[in-house]
Amino acid sequence: MKIKLKIWRQRDSRSKGEFKEYHLDDVSKDMSFLEMLDTLNIKLIKQGDLPVEFDHDCREGICGQCGVMINGIAHGPLKNTTTCQLHMRSFNDGDTIHVEPFKAAAFPIVRDLKVNRSAFDNIISSGGYVSVDTGQAPEANSIPVTFEEAESAFDAAACIGCGACVASCKNSSAALFTSAKISHLARLPQGDKETSTRVVNMVNQMEEEGFGYCTNTEACQVECPENISVLNIARMNYEYNKAKVLAKK
Amino acid sequence: MSKTIEAPIPEGPIAEKWSNYKAKAKLVSPNNRKRLEVIVVGTGLAGASAAASLAEMGYNVKSFCFQDSPRRAHSVAAQGGVNAAKNYKNDGDSAYRMFYDTLKGGDFRSREANTYRLAECSASLIDQAVAQGVPFGREYGGYLRNRSFGGVQVSRTFYARGQTGQQLLLGSYQALLRQKQAGKVKLYARHEMLDVVIIEGKARGIIARNLDTGQIERHGAHTVVLATGGFGKIYYLSTLAMGCNASAIWRAHKKGAFMANPSWTQIHPTSLPQSGEHQSKLTLMSESLRNDGRIWVPKDQNETRAPGDIPEEDRDYYLERKYPSFGNLAPRDISSRAAKEQIDLGKGVGPLKNAVYLDFSRAINEYGKDVIAERYGNLFTMYKKITGIDAYREPMKISPAAHFSMGGLWVDYELMTTVPGLFAIGEANFSDHGANRLGANSLLQACVDGYFILPYTLQNYLADQIRIEKTDVNHPAFEESERQVKDQMQAFLNCKGKKTAEEFHKELGRELYDKCGLLRTKEGLEKAIENIKKLREEYKTNLLVPGTAGEVNSELEKAGRVSDYMELAELMCLDALHREESCGAHFRAEYQTAEGEAKRDDENYCYSAAWEWTGNASAPMLNREPLVFETVKPTVRSYK
Ligand SMILES: Cc1cc2nc3c(=O)[nH]c(=O)nc-3n(C[C@H](O)[C@H](O)[C@H](O)COP(=O)(O)OP(=O)(O)OC[C@H]3O[C@@H](n4cnc5c(N)ncnc54)[C@H](O)[C@@H]3O)c2cc1C
Repeated sequence: MKIKLKIWRQRDSRSKGEFKEYHLDDVSKDMSFLEMLDTLNIKLIKQGDLPVEFDHDCREGICGQCGVMINGIAHGPLKNTTTCQLHMRSFNDGDTIHVEPFKAAAFPIVRDLKVNRSAFDNIISSGGYVSVDTGQAPEANSIPVTFEEAESAFDAAACIGCGACVASCKNSSAALFTSAKISHLARLPQGDKETSTRVVNMVNQMEEEGFGYCTNTEACQVECPENISVLNIARMNYEYNKAKVLAKK
Repeated sequence: MSKTIEAPIPEGPIAEKWSNYKAKAKLVSPNNRKRLEVIVVGTGLAGASAAASLAEMGYNVKSFCFQDSPRRAHSVAAQGGVNAAKNYKNDGDSAYRMFYDTLKGGDFRSREANTYRLAECSASLIDQAVAQGVPFGREYGGYLRNRSFGGVQVSRTFYARGQTGQQLLLGSYQALLRQKQAGKVKLYARHEMLDVVIIEGKARGIIARNLDTGQIERHGAHTVVLATGGFGKIYYLSTLAMGCNASAIWRAHKKGAFMANPSWTQIHPTSLPQSGEHQSKLTLMSESLRNDGRIWVPKDQNETRAPGDIPEEDRDYYLERKYPSFGNLAPRDISSRAAKEQIDLGKGVGPLKNAVYLDFSRAINEYGKDVIAERYGNLFTMYKKITGIDAYREPMKISPAAHFSMGGLWVDYELMTTVPGLFAIGEANFSDHGANRLGANSLLQACVDGYFILPYTLQNYLADQIRIEKTDVNHPAFEESERQVKDQMQAFLNCKGKKTAEEFHKELGRELYDKCGLLRTKEGLEKAIENIKKLREEYKTNLLVPGTAGEVNSELEKAGRVSDYMELAELMCLDALHREESCGAHFRAEYQTAEGEAKRDDENYCYSAAWEWTGNASAPMLNREPLVFETVKPTVRSYK
């Protein structure tokens, strides 16, 4: 296939960026999107140009490190798929593809398509854990967790932290990411004890990091590679309000 | 002069050794812990669990990883599960049974006491993970669920759908960030360790490059722990992540840490086959699929019918035929070799005839599609995304791929390398799996090393360091290391040749797959060594790296990694060449039984080969750690 690419190039967070156009003549349908970018980069390097910097690691859709906007959609046209798992068979010969970084005030651009998502780590640091030290754990089967509880906790815990939810949201809200961790832990007896402090701390941290507010457009779930449900956001709001009310008593 | 090395093992019967060790290990008082600094490189299951546990105890921890968040370490990709001898199934499991399975699985080439300790600590890991909120699979009544993995006859594998590694890692990542919040851990994401700094014979710090700025940084501590994972990516096409590397352990090796059994690489039987030259990695399909999937090839190498049209009598379920008692769950080395045998006979399937079928039709008929979807749904979805094929309707095509490094830095019982104060945990060390690792044992090993072993053994070392001052990063040893690191990067940039690091890496990988992979021969290995030397020479003169050192530069990162691979690859071949026997994943064509199984030579090779750097990659020194079996008697490993 022949593909025309318009790729966002930007030296660092302070510089101005722009789209640059590139052409590839020999793209195979079996290539992954990132392998297509690899091919472009080898070409650029051999021409004496700087390659396009992009984030990636496991290339099997689970580490959450890759992620770009492809024709305006986080991770591209295929639903519930990370950029690394998108294959060129999703495109047609002669297509023009726009590639941009995940843009959000809380995700400064490092270079080209690479962004800094450490704000996500800060949200987790503020409370996204169970406060148990190594060695304190009781026998595992002493805390039964029903099949349904475990499955629904898993559904939320499956978040890979890629940031597509933020990039897809017109307000750059991190509500889906934050709420997924809150629900995961709130649904399990081990984690539920700390729900009220956790939710308040995490929501505050989310605001501090510069993410916007959630206005329930639900765009985030649509682009989420793990199909994390917006019901988690409802749960987060419920837990947050509950914690605030209880604190007043 | 080559030496015999020993790992002092605590006294007592095998089941009491670890307790005896813990009872006598030195302690550090909480007040002194506050004054001690620990560097942990790596945030996978091994690194994150170690860093979190040490910080909880009160040590000051600096935690490094090259990804942009600790949560992305490659442990995240593990799918199938984690083993523990809980005996919840009442099927005869015990620490001893698990120890025996692991030892036998490794073809009696691991250290008894370490392997036993792994099994002994396994149950606590499940407790720990559950307490952290890891959503393991449950029975309807609320109790934990198990399944079977290759090479065993009990069900001792715990799992969280097909994302066990992710869920376990999130547990330890969250524990790590909890300590960051508490001020006990400093996080250095997007930092790559480029050297270990040794002062007065002890590991006292590292040189790291900030990958976002290109800045070279010096970090000091009282001890350094390497938890940098496996180096299967040396084969280029592998199930590892793009950034996985040997650089951390290789550079430690060049500073005096011995490398043990570097050629023992697990080639996983169930990965997706290569589809073309552009390919950058091979995706694993979890071994758990072999619980319900049946592996076969057409009997006729000229078969052209679609798999569904090939009647039973024209199919060869070769694993069931050759290994009736373990069948499709035969251990990995055996299954991979058997697949290669069929592919080499021309019976491979798919456009490149490089795969075998993994067929679920019987299981779907027996249990229904829903049950199979519940067990493996995400794997079927992933298969479809990558290949475009619906595996509920036609069999998957799978093929062997480089996957796990049984070899790594040599460590003693305390997980310390031959450099005092330098520890290695998780896949980065060589310790527990012998010549072949059993499925679901390595998540376990990474966790057990980090949560339960290192906190004792590191403390035993640190107890003697409390009077040592904070490391001075202006010490000449730091200057020298930093200079070397910078000079090397400049040399890469100055080379201005014609081939990218990636292109070199692909060539190297092909050479290794071909001659130091599933099947090895004296002739092939000698040839590989010759070719690797040539490639390494070419690397010095024909490498092309764009950009500069003082900025984001992925190509420069790769150049360093591939340069280390070029040296390690030769050591792997030398290791495979010197071992004139077959054991586990190390299969030398010259040493096989009449039925084509691995033929061990316990008289001459019952040792771990611990290689010492001499300054010349082609002339390493071989040291031997004899393997002493006091509890079990090595037998012929049979899965028939
Ligand atoms: C696809 C796949 C599936 C698997 N499935 C299973 C399974 O089902 N069950 C099982 O038991 N095992 C499985 N394994 C094996 C198991 O996942 C690994 O052996 C284990 O997770 C390794 O953990 P680790 O902590 O040692 O290393 P990793 O998780 O690889 O972590 C390495 C860390 O070191 C850091 N690092 C590396 N080099 C440097 C450097 N130079 N500077 C700074 N940081 C560095 C990385 O950033 C990372 O944080 C699987 C492996 C793969 C590849």
